[in-house]
This record gives sequence, C-alpha cells and structure tokens, in this order.
Amino acid sequence: MLAFLLKRTANAAFVMLAVAFLAFLIFRSFGDPVEMMVNEQATQEDRAELRERLGLNDGFFTQYVRFVTNAVQGDFGISYRNQQDVMVLIAERLPATFELVLVATVISLVVGIPLGVITAVHRDSRLADALQLTSIVGVSLPSFVVGILLILAFSVTLGWLPAFGRGETVDIGWWSTGLLTPSGRAALVLPAVSLSTFQITLVMRLVRAEMLESLRADYVKFARARGVPRRRVHWVHALRNCLMPVITLTGMQIGNLIAFALVTETVFQWPGMGLLFIQAVTFVDIPVMAAYLMLVSFIFVVLNTIVDVTYAWVDPRLRDDTAKAGASNG
Amino acid sequence: MKLRHFLFVTAATSALALPAQAQNILDWGANRDIGSLDPYSFGDSFTINVLNHVYEGLVRYDRDLAIEPALATSWEILDDQVTWRFTLREGVTFHNGNPFTAEDVQASLERVSHETSPLKGNLPAYVSSKVVDDYTIDVTLNGTYPLLLNDLTNIHIFDRDWLVDNNAELPTDIGAGVEGYATYNANGTGPFIVESRQPEAQTVFTVNPDWWDEAQHNLDGFVLRPVTSPATRVAALLSGEIDFTNDAPVQDLPRLEASPDVNVLEGVDLRTVMIGFPFRETLASGEPNPFADIRVREAMYKAIDLQLIHDRIMRGKSRIAGAVVAPPIPGYTEDLDTIPAYDLEGAQALLAEAGVPEGLSFEFNCLSDGLVNEEQFCQALASMWSRLGLEPQLDVAPRAVQSPKRTGGKTDVYTLGWATLPMLDSYSPLIQIFHSKEGNSGVFNWGDWSYPELDALVQAAGSELDLDTRLKLQNDAMRIIKDNHIMIPLHQQPMAWAVTPAVSDMPLFPDNKPRLWFARMGGDG
Repeated sequence: MLAFLLKRTANAAFVMLAVAFLAFLIFRSFGDPVEMMVNEQATQEDRAELRERLGLNDGFFTQYVRFVTNAVQGDFGISYRNQQDVMVLIAERLPATFELVLVATVISLVVGIPLGVITAVHRDSRLADALQLTSIVGVSLPSFVVGILLILAFSVTLGWLPAFGRGETVDIGWWSTGLLTPSGRAALVLPAVSLSTFQITLVMRLVRAEMLESLRADYVKFARARGVPRRRVHWVHALRNCLMPVITLTGMQIGNLIAFALVTETVFQWPGMGLLFIQAVTFVDIPVMAAYLMLVSFIFVVLNTIVDVTYAWVDPRLRDDTAKAGASNG
Repeated sequence: MKLRHFLFVTAATSALALPAQAQNILDWGANRDIGSLDPYSFGDSFTINVLNHVYEGLVRYDRDLAIEPALATSWEILDDQVTWRFTLREGVTFHNGNPFTAEDVQASLERVSHETSPLKGNLPAYVSSKVVDDYTIDVTLNGTYPLLLNDLTNIHIFDRDWLVDNNAELPTDIGAGVEGYATYNANGTGPFIVESRQPEAQTVFTVNPDWWDEAQHNLDGFVLRPVTSPATRVAALLSGEIDFTNDAPVQDLPRLEASPDVNVLEGVDLRTVMIGFPFRETLASGEPNPFADIRVREAMYKAIDLQLIHDRIMRGKSRIAGAVVAPPIPGYTEDLDTIPAYDLEGAQALLAEAGVPEGLSFEFNCLSDGLVNEEQFCQALASMWSRLGLEPQLDVAPRAVQSPKRTGGKTDVYTLGWATLPMLDSYSPLIQIFHSKEGNSGVFNWGDWSYPELDALVQAAGSELDLDTRLKLQNDAMRIIKDNHIMIPLHQQPMAWAVTPAVSDMPLFPDNKPRLWFARMGGDG
C-alpha cells in the first residue's frame, strides 16, 4: 500500500510539472504584458527596460525553472496588474468560489436526487417524460445564457434578487462568507442556481439509471412482498443503494464546477477566482494566470488521487502489488 | 457560543458602517475595477481617473476641460525658460490630517518619474525640483516645454510623510516582487476619502468634509462596483441596483432609452479612430509593399463608404472625422475636417495607375477588445477594400495579442484610436504617432514613416511657449498628415453613460471620464 501511495504521489507531482510546462507554453502566445502595463506615453526604451526587469527576455527554460523553483516554495510572485502578492489575491477570492461551488453542489443533490427517483419510479408517466425533456434543455443551455435569463426574470422583471455581486460578507479569520447575512444569501441564489443547472441534470440522470437497476433487484421485490410500504422501499432501500456512485461523481465534479464557475462568475460579477483569472487573461497578468492554473490542476490532481487511493483501499485488487497476482490468476 | 457572539458583533459593525438610506450615495457600476489604490501602479487611465476623486494634481480640468488651479494657485516660468515656479495653496490637508506643503509635491514628482514607475512617460520633461519654501516649488525641465500643465493634471500628489512612514516613497517594482503600501491604502487631498475596498466587488468612497474647495456635488459618498458583463450591467441599471454607469453598451441603448427608469447620456468621444499603413520595404508576408505610394492610400480612402459605417455600424451615433483630432482639441481647425467623396471607380483607377496587382493580399490587424464596434467596422472595411480589388486578411484578436505584432511591424494595415489623453492637445498624437520613430518620439509610429518636414514642425511646437504660434505649427503638421493620407481618420466614436432618475446632474465629459465631484442626486439640487 505504501508503494502504491508513493507511486500515486509521484504521478501527481509529474502531472503538476507538466501543467506548469504547458501553461508556460501557452503564455508565450498570450501577448506581451509590458504593452499592457505601461501607459501610452512610455518610450520604447522604457518598455524594453521593464521587460528586462520582469525577466521576460530570459529563455523559455530559464523562466520555467525559475517559476517552478519559486512555486514549490509557495511563491507565485506579484500580480502585474494589481501589484499584490498572487497567493493573497487568490486566497481572498477562494472563499467566494468555494461557497458558490458548495451551494451549487448542495442544490444539485437536493433537487437532482428526488427528481431522479421520481423519473425512475414513475418512468412511463407524463411527469417523468416532461422532466426528462427539461433535463435535456438543462444540459444543452450554456450556463451564461441560463445566468442572463435568471437575471432577466428575477432581478429586472420581479426585482427579488440582486443581479450581481456577493452582497455583504462577514470575515471569519481569513475566510469571508456571505452565508451569514441576508444580502449575502440573496446574492448567492442566482449564481448558485445557474451553476447547478448542468449538475442537477447529471445527478438526476445518474440516480434514475441506478434506481431503474435497483428496482429490478430481488431485495426490492422481497421488501414489497413482505408488505413494506412502496414509498419506504423506493426512498430508503433502493435509493440508499444508488448513492455510492452519486457521491463519487459529486466529489469528482467539484473540480469541474470550480472550472465552470469561471463563466458564472463573469456573468454575475461574483468576486471569485474565475473572475480573477478572466481579468488576468485580459491584462496578460502571467503570475496570476500561472497560479490559478496550478491551483485548479492541483485541486483536480488531489481529488483524483484521493479517489484512487480510496478505491485501492476499498478494493485490494486495484493495488499494483496484488494486481499482477490477480492478473495471473485470471 | 463565543463564535456566535463574535459573528454577531462583526455583522453589527458592518451594518453600522453602511450608510443610512437618506444619504446621497451614488452606486457607480463601472465596466471594470481599478487595478490598485496606487495611481502610479499601472499605465491605466481608468484607475487614474477614479483615483482622481481621492488624489489631486497641482492643476485640474474644469467643467469645460480647461485647465484651472488646484493644489497650485499660480505659476510662472523663470528667466531660464526651463524652470517653472509653482505657488501652492495654503491650508490644504491630506485625509490623514497632515498639511500639504512643497515637500509633498517634490516627493510625488520624484515618485512618478522614478525609473521603475510605469507612469514616468506621463511627465516626460521632468528633470528635478527644488523646494523654495513651504508653499513654493521650482520644477526644472529638460528644455522649454509648453505642455507641463497638461501633464500635471494627471500627476496625483501624495503626502510625503505618509509615504516615508510606510516605506512607499518609490513606486511598487513588480520586477523586485515586493508589494507596496499604497496599493492597499490611499491618502490624498481630494473631495472623497477611500473608506474600504474589496477588489472586484466594491470600493467605498465617502465625502471629505474638510475639502479645500467648495463642493459642487451633493454626494455623501459613492461606491464603485465593477460589473464586467455588459448584459448584467444593463440589468443592474434597469433594476436600480446601480445609479450610474460610464459604459452603457451601444447595442442596448434603444432599450435603455425606452425605459422610464433610466436616462441615457450620449455624446461623442474625443477618441478619433484611424487606419494606419506600413511604409516599410516589404509587407509582413515578404511581398513588396505598395502602401508607401500615396495613390494607393488615397484609393483605399476613397473606397471607404464612411456614411455607411456611420449609419449602419455605429448606428448613427458616431461623428465622421476628416482630421486626426476631434474639434475640441487645441490645434483642430475646420478646414482639416473634410472627407473625400466615396468613389469606387476613381479608387480603382488610382490603384491601376499605381500598378497594384489585382488581388493584392495584406494583413489587416484589429482588436476584439479595443474600440467601439471595432470588429464590425473592420469587417466592413475589409469588404469595402475587397470590392476595390484587394484581398485584406482580417486578423481580429485581443489587444494583448495584437500589440506585439503592431509594435514589431509584423502586420500591415491596422486600426488605432487616439483621444490625446491625458494631454488634451493635438501635440499628443503628433509626437506619439506621427513623428518619425526616434528616441522618445513616434512610439506609436507603427508604420515606420518619416516626414522630416513634419518632424521639424512638431519639434518646433514642442519647445514653443507661445500658444498661438504653437497651435499654428501643430495645425501645419496636421495639414501634412492630411495631404499625404499618412493615416486615414474614420470617425470619433460614440460614448454613452446612463443614470437612473435618482441622479439629477451628471455632466458628460468628452474624454469619457466621470468626475463625480460635479454630480448631484435627488431633487434638492
């Protein structure tokens, strides 16, 4: 097991290095940050001098090694545009994105699971068909369109919820939360709903498929035969057996949601990491872009590693040392 | 229990910090956030514009964009012609209570022109300064220079003691990787005080009760709230979440105008949109370059249906331009502002006469995040030139990608918008764009042209202290530009702000900079 863990960690580290390498390749085609940093009246010499000071004239490999060396020590440098420590900038925005993703995940489970059960149990009813159809719309509408439609309905026409921003936040240590104030909660509704639409559909379809399988299982028939109420059979016995894949999927999707949040954050001016990244792209703020990409890939890598390790722990066949033995047996 | 108590207290204090309903707090929904609280941090005119509410210069623009005294009350040029003596306003205090004196001016001028300052180009003529007494300072320039006051409108004055105490005398040097105190804190003399700032969310400004000038505004404060997405900004305005935006999207104007809850303020920007040509030996493709021939440029000018672009793409909101500067800019005269008639056949004849091969292919470089409707008018231009018999290869991408191509001569024909900011004088485009590329001049001369006659006029203007003589020189230089079609002016682009009825007065400035110290709210105006 220890060997497996080490191997997984080494893999993860290699992936991170590769991401940093790719990120640096991409930055080369992003343009010249110096052109964005100086004002219109700066001379050619001023520009060249600044480029030199930022180390942009160094070779690709030198820049890459310097970046990795600093990044390992947790130093991502200073944002070109905001002139703030990049880690501080990201740490300031992390709570906003995290809360958004968390609430969106909760919404997707709270809405998606019951819908999945209903469509599975009443699979030939009109209601189920209608829900299935709506779910296709949910998957196919891009999330910025959903966001704009929600704003149009709930902010402009009805005037119930704010169209943008995060409302009032309360600081608990370095973490800022909008969950404790009425305006913060109101501001969270539309972005979270808009971010969760895709996820709801995903959860609903997964639960439906799993439920259909469970409903055919013997224990459901026996439970029914024994006189357990239908409702209890569906919502307790069958559903419980469907939840394992849902939990796995939800865990894996958190990385995706953080990445998707970028669009939602732009539409709702949600002051999270995605908005920071978009802004950094516009201004060729290389330190911020690099740190964001590293952080997001780090989250992905960590989630995947955790899942792998858990699986290996649960299922010994997946461990490398026993896998060979298993293969020879098979 | 303890945590709950703590939370309650934090929530209560933040509620107290919120202004009461009856006050005049203006919610400003901007299309982007300021980069930092340090005006010398990034070559960004929007950040300087917003921070001008907090920091002031020695002189400032009045409601008609004429220069008037601010922190300096008077000035004179000493006998050596290169030293300017400024008499400073007495009784001015910074927001932290420190008095304003000549030492503050010196520290600020040194800071902005320090070699690591990204803004040093804003004060190009500065050499040194000498404190004469508390309220007198001598500023020495590198030569006779008529536009020092124009430059100084945008040089914000810091408190020297505050800079020293917080180790912020030098601008933040990103190369060194160290943060600066002024990035997070502000201390100026201006009409508003920064109360709090949450980047990308909101920056709260409250009125400065001790401002030295008599306030024309009746605000108790304002909140800058960036809303990047245009659709969301329009929605926020319609739902009354913001009172004002300085960027009402052109495509949404009819809808905003139709709404009873929004007043649209429309005008024409000072920014003149121009087309530039390469004058190099070869095109970016390596083929011989025909654009150095004036007949080719004239043909391309005549093949542009300016009226059509105005009517269809700019929706009738732009102003068709014949000169490279807008009418309010000193140096402009009406006789420069003529346009040739659209004449496709004449243009084709000119092109044939110049011996340009049929189907000549060239790069046409436009920005996707630059001027108003740039992508659309670039497409229109490309199809108009195709009709002429050329083959423009339209290349549209964000500024960050296009700038290196433009400055490095890796493209051919390009767009450029120039508003003469922050100088508001025709000297600005002449020295920056049209002068030959040498030393500090012609930084935006991306086509590499050189007209010695024009250079001589611009240089003469740059050291001419008499206003009328100087403007005559600049006007002559612009005549050369016009006669040679060095660049083709298209139009001054439209600008639109929008306010809710809560705002009773919001003067629209053609340099597209909001100045909220002139804004009024409510009916008590």
